[in-house]
Amino acid sequence: MNDKVFEPKIIAFCCHFCAYASADLAGSMRLQYPSGVRIIRTPCTGRLEVEFYMRAFENGADGVLVAGCLEGGCHFIDGNLFAKKRVNSTRNILEESGIEKERLRMVNISAAMATNLVTVINDMVNTIKELGPNPIRKSIDGSGGEYKEFETLNSQK
Amino acid sequence: MIVAKRKKIPEIFDAVKDHKNVLVLGCGTCVTVCLAGGEREVSIISSALRIASRKAGKKIKVNEFIIERQCDNVFIESAAEEIKKNDAVLSLGCGAGVQAIAERYPNTPVYAGLDTSFLGILESRGVWTEKCMQCGTCVLSDFGGICPITRCAKHMLNGPCGGSREDRCEIRADQPCAWQLIYKRLKDIGQLDKISKEYPAKNWSTSINGGSRTIIREDHRI
Ligand code: SF4
Ligand code: SF4
Repeated sequence: MNDKVFEPKIIAFCCHFCAYASADLAGSMRLQYPSGVRIIRTPCTGRLEVEFYMRAFENGADGVLVAGCLEGGCHFIDGNLFAKKRVNSTRNILEESGIEKERLRMVNISAAMATNLVTVINDMVNTIKELGPNPIRKSIDGSGGEYKEFETLNSQK
Repeated sequence: MIVAKRKKIPEIFDAVKDHKNVLVLGCGTCVTVCLAGGEREVSIISSALRIASRKAGKKIKVNEFIIERQCDNVFIESAAEEIKKNDAVLSLGCGAGVQAIAERYPNTPVYAGLDTSFLGILESRGVWTEKCMQCGTCVLSDFGGICPITRCAKHMLNGPCGGSREDRCEIRADQPCAWQLIYKRLKDIGQLDKISKEYPAKNWSTSINGGSRTIIREDHRI
């Protein structure tokens, strides 16, 4: 697939206390990241359930990035450590279901690490570009994996 | 409680792949507590099946429903409407739940989404261990409340076997020697004399070896 056509649709779950703040900072610093990355603020990555990741892929997300605080720096002490375990077990379920596990990734970012955030986002985008669109998109919208709003995909379920 | 674990998605998908509408049916009792077949797992396994189905170019509609207890007709009733709307049921109940649903719906294919593993307890967060293999003639009172049938790898009633290393079983080093535990426990409760009692060979006819079992309480029958 041509890179120009395929702009990966990535859901980035960002913890309110670190990655979300660093995304804010990235904005103030005028740092750019691809527009296909949609940031969802979460109170803590420990709030994120396996179901959330599964639903994102089921509805056509090309990748899911989970960005929590640095290990040892979680506002709720160990939420990010639980998140890490859940992300790892979800990667196995995804692989069993036929989705490459590289499409789900967790990173650790502090509120001051705006440039690092942009780097990990770009890394993720590159990984997904190499993998191509979510393999089930084709059968959801018949588009062969071109960009489509999630809402539309959802309503076709 | 009954402890079970999820089957791998390819195995589950293979079982349901020829149906158009599949109901993933959870159970709110034991398998919810052992994190294998409750509301969350219904949601996760349903998502996985939808993904696997689309990946295979199929359009299986996967529906989700949970009842309080799958091994009880009174509760199965509450799933009647949902079951009728679907061509097949993927039960996330234990083996008893799967069979109870199948018996109740003779024309609906019912598949098992879990591997029912044992009767046990939650040892610590995320760890379940087997405690009883339902031999039908409980001897716990004589062994300080530690089951030699289930927890000794050789099911010995006159243990130990003599092969234990430190406090570990010679068959599996990750397990404590049940007889070491029994000895310590009897000593702690002042009943060490019980350990010198010789036990006759166990009568296994009350266990599953005597065929599947039925309990009838005439005083409760109507
Ligand atoms: S003696 Fe039999 S019934 Fe009692 S705990 Fe052991 S296996 Fe279960
Ligand atoms: S080492 Fe202990 S638990 Fe293991 S088989 Fe021998 S007596 Fe049984």
